[in-house]
Amino acid sequence: MKRCLNEMKLSFPARGENEAFARACVSAFIAQLDPYVSELAELKTAVSEAVTNAIVHGYRGRRDGIITMQVRLCSDRRVYIRIRDKGCGIADITQAMQPLFTTAPEEERAGLGFSVMESFTDSLRVKSSRGRGTSLVMEKTLRERSGDESVKDGVSNKSGRKSGTGSPLR
Amino acid sequence: MPVTVSLDGSVLTARLSGDIDHFTAADMRSEIDRAITMNPVSELILDFSAVNFMDSSGIGLVMGRSKLMSELGGKCSVCDPPAYIVKVMKLSGIDKLCPITGEGGVRL
Repeated sequence: MKRCLNEMKLSFPARGENEAFARACVSAFIAQLDPYVSELAELKTAVSEAVTNAIVHGYRGRRDGIITMQVRLCSDRRVYIRIRDKGCGIADITQAMQPLFTTAPEEERAGLGFSVMESFTDSLRVKSSRGRGTSLVMEKTLRERSGDESVKDGVSNKSGRKSGTGSPLR
Repeated sequence: MPVTVSLDGSVLTARLSGDIDHFTAADMRSEIDRAITMNPVSELILDFSAVNFMDSSGIGLVMGRSKLMSELGGKCSVCDPPAYIVKVMKLSGIDKLCPITGEGGVRL
């Protein structure tokens, strides 16, 4: 088990304005590990998706719902992020994680939140129970800081199934 | 302003700026749609050069405008997105519905 270098916990109400706030906080905290710009962008995007899900789906617009975010930085450059809500929970996690599945098409939700989180992190675990809320854990190990960003830069699309062949949007 | 629109003939350019997330996308969407319905628009260009951040809400935004333009018999494209946003767009496959062009009109 690698040593935890630093840890933070934050809670905020489920308001749209706090999507940007959560991203900014994660970004500022992770900066301690000196990530590549692309890694920072990926983690900010994953956090934005998770917080948006909690606001839009977990609390369904209830602005007094509380979202908690916990971030740990480990000595092996692993970043651990847990985002929790005490909202309505997800009825069917497997279905919810299908690309393009959304319960809010009228809001032009693309149904890609979980796909983005999966693609931009190394692992994503979701626990949810109906009426009690959802807990989401994402982990990503940052690359060692050496060399040239332009050479090493790239999206960690580990499964490779989301880009390339065919358009899931048709 | 998160969106600035300009009309050149029937070509509408919407220049988006700042962060596109669930919270900001709603206003951007209504701003663009208002310009589309108030003018005879045959082509919509979504200029992403000043966008700093985008999550999947941006995909919804592009997808929705692309559908609207195709319903009106017109076309829609995205121009000059930062490299990281191109990755998010390609992840979703939206580039197959709505062409993305970079500097000098090169298709990305």
